[in-house]
Order: sequence, then C-alpha cells, then structure tokens
Amino acid sequence: MSWDWSAVSEFMPRLWEGVLLTLQALVLGSLIAFALGLVWALAQRSSLKIVSWPVTAVTEFIRNTPLLVQLFFLYFVLPEWNITLTALVAGVVGLGLHYSTYTAEVYRAGIDGVPVGQWEACTALSLPRSRTWSAVILPQAIRRVVPALGNYVIAMLKDSPMIAIIGALEMLGQARQFSAETFQPTEPITVIGIVFILIAYPASLLMRALERRLVH
Amino acid sequence: MSTESSTSKETKNPAVDGSELIEFKDVTKRFGSNVVLDNLCFDVSSGKHVTLIGPSGSGKTTILRLLMTLVKPEEGTIKVAGEYLTHETKNGKLVPASERHSREVRKNIGMVFQQFNLFPNMKVLRNITEAPVHVLGLSKDEAEQRARELLELVGLTEHIDKYPSQLSGGQQQRVAIARALAMRPQVLLLDEVTSALDPELVAGVLDVLRDIAHTTDITMLCVTHEMNFARDISDDVLMFDEGRVIESGSPEKIFSEPEHERTREFLSAVL
Repeated sequence: MSWDWSAVSEFMPRLWEGVLLTLQALVLGSLIAFALGLVWALAQRSSLKIVSWPVTAVTEFIRNTPLLVQLFFLYFVLPEWNITLTALVAGVVGLGLHYSTYTAEVYRAGIDGVPVGQWEACTALSLPRSRTWSAVILPQAIRRVVPALGNYVIAMLKDSPMIAIIGALEMLGQARQFSAETFQPTEPITVIGIVFILIAYPASLLMRALERRLVH
Repeated sequence: MSTESSTSKETKNPAVDGSELIEFKDVTKRFGSNVVLDNLCFDVSSGKHVTLIGPSGSGKTTILRLLMTLVKPEEGTIKVAGEYLTHETKNGKLVPASERHSREVRKNIGMVFQQFNLFPNMKVLRNITEAPVHVLGLSKDEAEQRARELLELVGLTEHIDKYPSQLSGGQQQRVAIARALAMRPQVLLLDEVTSALDPELVAGVLDVLRDIAHTTDITMLCVTHEMNFARDISDDVLMFDEGRVIESGSPEKIFSEPEHERTREFLSAVL
C-alpha cells in the first residue's frame, strides 16, 4: 500500500463540498432535533391522553427503528404520495426527526430534575402555566441538559454519512465516489476520518466547557 | 374533644375588620389510609397572626399546603376572604374548583417555604418582580419600585443584582419573604421558614418577620418550632395532634398554662 499525495490534493475540492454538506446537515438536523424534541417532551407530559399517547407511540416507533430505514422512507416512499424531497432535505429531516426522539428523553429528564419546590413556588405566586414553563422550569431544565444535547450533536455527526446512501454526498459520499472513480480509496477515506475528528473533538471540548459553565 | 375546635372567635384582640379571612370547615385530608387532618374546623380572622404548633406529622404543614392548593382535601370546604378555595358554586351547587378559580382566590395568599424555593435562574430583583409583572400586570418600573422597597424592608438592598446561589440561606429566605409580599397578599403562610437555616442566620429572618407582623395588618399563618418567635408574634396559638386542634388560645395561655396533657408534653420537649 502506498500513499499518494496527489490523490489527496485532487480530492480536496470534493472534500470541501462534502464538509459543507456534512456541516449543513449537522446544523439543520440539530436545530430540528432540539426544537422537535422539546415539543415531544412537552406533549408527552400533557394531561390530555389524546395528545400524550399518540406522541409517545410515534416517538417510541421512531426511536426503535433504524435511521437508515427512515431515510429510505423519506426519500423513496414519500414520493409515492407526491411528497418529493431533495436528498439533502430528506437527510436533514431524517436526522433531525430521528434524533428528536432522543433529545425528547433528554428534555424529559431535565424537566423531571427541576425540584418540586420550583413548581410549588410558581403555584404560590399564581404564575400562569405558560409563564411557569417559559420563565422557571424550562430555563432550569435546559441548562442542566445542554451537555447531554451536545453529545447527541456529536452522535449525529457520526451518523451523518448515512445520508450519502440516499444521494446527499457529504464527506463519506464524496470519498466513496472519488475512490470509485480513481481506484484510490486509501487517501480520501483516511482524509475524511481525520476531518471527522477535527470536527468532533473540538465540538466535544466545547461541550465540556459549556458543561462547566452551566452546571454548577 | 369536639370537631368544633374554632378558636380565634374567642380571642380578645379585635380583628382588623372582624371578618373571617380563612375558614376551614370539616376538612379531612388523607394520604392513603393515613388521616392527616380529621374533620378540622377553624377560622382565622383578618389581621390575626396564628401559629400552628405540634409534633411533626400532626398536620400543620398540610394546612398550609391545602391553602396553597398544593394538595386537595378529601372532604370539607376551605374559604379564603369569603370565597371557596377548592370549590366553586355552579348552578347553586358546590363543585370542585377549576384551576382558574383556585388561582384567583389564591392570589390573596402568599407563602414562604422551608427551602426558600427562589428561582435560581433569576437575579434577586427578577425573583421579586416576576409575579407582580406577569400575574398582577404591574409595569416593570412599578414592580421594580415595589421590589426595592421590599428589599429595603428585609435589609438586602445591596444584593439586588445577585443570583440566589450567591446569597446565604438567611438572605435567600429574606428574598423569599420579599417575593411573597410583592404580591400584596392578605395572608402570608410561613412553613417552618427557619428550619433549613444555620442557627446564626435564624435571628435575621425572624427579626424581619417580627417587623412585618408588628407594622402591617397582614394575616399570618405560621408553622414553626421557634416557640419564642411564636410567643412574640402570635395572637393565637393552635396546638395540633393527630390531625386535630387539641388546644388553642393566646400564647400566654398556651405557653404558660396549657390545659391539655399532650400540649404540656410537647412544650416540655421543645422548650
């Protein structure tokens, strides 16, 4: 086996495209996962069974089926009902939706972790329900789950190559395409491995710094 | 003893306007098979300071939690300022209160907790202004003005921009008192407010409460193990045992010449 630096430099433009797509998928997917997870967590706590039960069923279903199947569903099955998504959109929605069922559990734990005295103080002050959630409970709950949410961002980064399979050419997709064309898999695959570390490791350091700041 | 353990009616001090501000009628509260309050009747007149004493588990704190609607009674009715708290009348019938009705009646009541329960994500100032702004509809300026006055009352003006975690327990509890008073409640409930404090911090909190008791006409309902404090501020003392009021009267009477054997035992154990 030999290492060919010219293959590395040839791969660079595509690598860059792949990195951009990976980051795009990661950022958008995370935003969906954070927002939707909170919606699931609140809905599961609803006293209305007609709200909490279906949401619990759906999130359990999504969490317990493979991301890959969900991506295939979004990209290949939805068009049967005339809903056509581009590969990137399907990928982002798939990642976001899948991970929202994990973040929902994280939020749930965070909300449960707020001391009961905080709820009682809200009652004693007659704070309306909406204000109790938005000003007291959620700020405290989210603060304590930021590190756990961060871990899911890193997990999502590592799952992001799956969207290459539906044709959204993120880093791995670009590397595979490049090696199929040039018969040189060593360089591109190695390079993207390194780039994954270059993204994930600083991200986890950032998470740890956030954790020190937020959780006292 | 009878279930009619009404007390404050007999006291010598006239009430501020003579009306009953809090009325418990035949209130029973159970937790499982454990009867915490047993057909309890008692009234508190407007402006009175009433202290509930008794061994732990005798139902004192449950009374405060019932008034805060943190727990619901199995039987009986509670009225605050003439309005049913846990019930409301619909078509001439008494039905369990909606959350909205309870909240309206509860606005008359403030509570200070054993564990302070300040909002750790808000600075002192916002802890105090949050409810006046979002419940009473005060403007931010009005609420902050009110908060500053109250912080002066509790002697914490210089801590207005700190977070609760930067304060001592005693300071936190004084902020909690200011927070409760900012709602201008008619009734202030005090639930063992010094129990979680280091001994040297107790006096500061009690001084503030004494000050409030002597300078305002707020009605106080107080659960405490600080018997000297109870003697100082109370118009009435109710002695609880096993979910019933077994004896009541002025602090002089209860502390100096208790009639009931259980009261004597309890007092000799705590004094």
